[in-house]
Amino acid sequence: MDQFTLNLIVVGITFAIYIGIAIWARAGSTAEFYAAGQGVPPVMNGMATGADWMSAASFISMAGIIALAPAGGYEQSAFLMGWTGGYVLLALLLAPYLRKFGKFTVPEFIGDRFYSGGARLLAVICLIIISVTYVIGQMRGVGVTFSRFLEVSTDTGLYIGGALVFIYAVLGGMKGITYTQVAQYVVLIIAYTVPAIFISLQLTGSALPQLGLIGGYAPQGGEVSMLAKLDSVVTELGFKAYTSDSANMFNMFLFTMSLMIGTAGLPHVIIRFFTVPKVADARSSAGWSLVFIALLYTVAPAVGSMARLNLTTTFWPGAETGTALSAPALSIAEIDSNPELSWIRTWEKTGLLAMSDKNGDGMIQYFSEPKPVADAGKALADAQKALTDAAADADKAPLEAKVAEATTALDAALAEAKLGDKTLAELGFKGNELTKVDNDIMVLANPEIAALPGWVVALVAAGALAAALSTAAGLLLAISSAISHDLIKGSINPNLSEKAELMWARVAMTGAIIVATYLGLNPPGFAAQVVALAFGLAAATIFPTLMMGIFSKRINKEGAIAGMFAGLVFTSVYIFMYKGWFFFPGTNWLPDTPDQYFFGISPLSIGTIGAVVNFVVAFVVSGATKAPPQHVVDLIESIRVPKGAGQAQSH
Amino acid sequence: MADKSSANAYWAANVRIILISLAVWFVCSYGLGILLRPALKGIMVGGADLGFWFAQNGSIYVFIVLIFVYARMMGKIDKEHGVEE
Repeated sequence: MDQFTLNLIVVGITFAIYIGIAIWARAGSTAEFYAAGQGVPPVMNGMATGADWMSAASFISMAGIIALAPAGGYEQSAFLMGWTGGYVLLALLLAPYLRKFGKFTVPEFIGDRFYSGGARLLAVICLIIISVTYVIGQMRGVGVTFSRFLEVSTDTGLYIGGALVFIYAVLGGMKGITYTQVAQYVVLIIAYTVPAIFISLQLTGSALPQLGLIGGYAPQGGEVSMLAKLDSVVTELGFKAYTSDSANMFNMFLFTMSLMIGTAGLPHVIIRFFTVPKVADARSSAGWSLVFIALLYTVAPAVGSMARLNLTTTFWPGAETGTALSAPALSIAEIDSNPELSWIRTWEKTGLLAMSDKNGDGMIQYFSEPKPVADAGKALADAQKALTDAAADADKAPLEAKVAEATTALDAALAEAKLGDKTLAELGFKGNELTKVDNDIMVLANPEIAALPGWVVALVAAGALAAALSTAAGLLLAISSAISHDLIKGSINPNLSEKAELMWARVAMTGAIIVATYLGLNPPGFAAQVVALAFGLAAATIFPTLMMGIFSKRINKEGAIAGMFAGLVFTSVYIFMYKGWFFFPGTNWLPDTPDQYFFGISPLSIGTIGAVVNFVVAFVVSGATKAPPQHVVDLIESIRVPKGAGQAQSH
Repeated sequence: MADKSSANAYWAANVRIILISLAVWFVCSYGLGILLRPALKGIMVGGADLGFWFAQNGSIYVFIVLIFVYARMMGKIDKEHGVEE
């Protein structure tokens, strides 16, 4: 059976399971649609939260982001700690109290606690900005996975994904989504860990990737640690050591904090804790969520470091037992004849990998070009492109002169730049010939690089789809419940009957899916940068407001609104200053480079400061205005004790 | 709900546990994983230095234990103050 048929069968089976669950778990009431009837056991809710949380980015991209970061893999630990540590904040500071509150949406809590429709509306706006920006990435992930594994266009993949989410989200609401997510979690975690176990066995002899990460490098008898081997191989090739210290510790600190409090403030994660039966379950469910998330997040750094080492030793066969430059680089003839290396050509076709034999020696030299060489190489490529693009009757002499000039400049740079104790000119290198290695390849091509059987490859396809679809569904629910419950029922028509509200929830869900699919088909050019905005805003608006609402009896309506507004404006303005106003290219005030940042704080890390701004403004404004009324104080006192949480409904 | 002073004592006990837990949360991730890493380079966990290990694996394990310990302790305190469900 060929790989394509196998992919089709495995993905088809998983889709059939999701649809079967959807039909079984239809929602009959708004409580089921918004919060799965508050009857989901904590372990199962943990699994669903895991799938909800682990997005296309976690599954496909994170290991590669760690593996290929120019500053080394250590600095990227911010993602690992940030995207897990937020659950501690959820368990300690938010989840149990919001569950005790016993209603369905985040804006609803903010509206009741701060006795203000304006506060609720502001929270709805923040929620929609955060969730819509987030969902674009998921829909893209669905389309891209389809196009890579199932030989359909990205657009067709998006339609199929949109239709599937439509079936189980519109039919089942939170109930359908929850039980589908449990199945999706199982698929994605198997798909992620199986290739990781194999690669860990090959490189370190340890079946547990977490132990492999700190284990010895097996091909050299295990005496050198895997990380030390990786450091020595990549530094020999001019890259920064994998375990290098962070260049800006302060910024790494703030970035980690921004991701943590952003995680705890993401509405689609928070609403998952409304589904458990009791307050005590909300606490333990956060722990179970983290157990299931940690299964992937503790494996990811092992996958990243090992895949990087594997990639490097593939292109420098000498590095496997000695130094990289002790033997010639991988030859093109070998790539085309060795069946174990067929993945290189496969992934070259998808554009995730690109090679160019610049010095024409029939081998692919992979190394880090020193900046002068990289600049001169780019100048030469530009000059050559200008020459080939020139019209047939144009005067070519000046263009040819430019190419000659650029060639001389490159040769001069090559004669200066050193790799080890030789210059690049002495080594006969003309530049790095593995010109593109996409982050995503570290996970997607992993089973093929490790020569695993075809069903594992098919499983990775199903896992990537499960990760993207489950997160998309959770986000869509957060958006549709904010619209039907907070906007329509909360502001426009409070007398809406239960049945009519359920109908509106389904209409809002359908609308949200159509918008998400449309944005997936026509992604705004700034899709990648917008994720920074989602985390920054969650950190600067939702999290501080919820926390103050629970832990302070003094923060009032005026303080909460002013704080949320200040956090929203401060954070978006700082991001827009560097990324362009509303992300329009060319409208940024300052260049997006570290030397331009205030105190070295990158726009990705600004959410932490935004949260501080929110806290300070809320305290100052509340202090100057009058204290909240007695019924709000009573509400705070009641959410602080577990006793008396609404009776759970079974289903 | 129990009377006012008992509710206040319950809340104070809860806040105390939260503060202790957050101190552990902070020390293992921001402390050992980031700020103290350069100072602790000499201590190895297998093939990784302590700070690297805490940043990429160790702190996540601590987070999990922390949440379950917190949930257990709160379960006990809920009973002591008679506010459990």
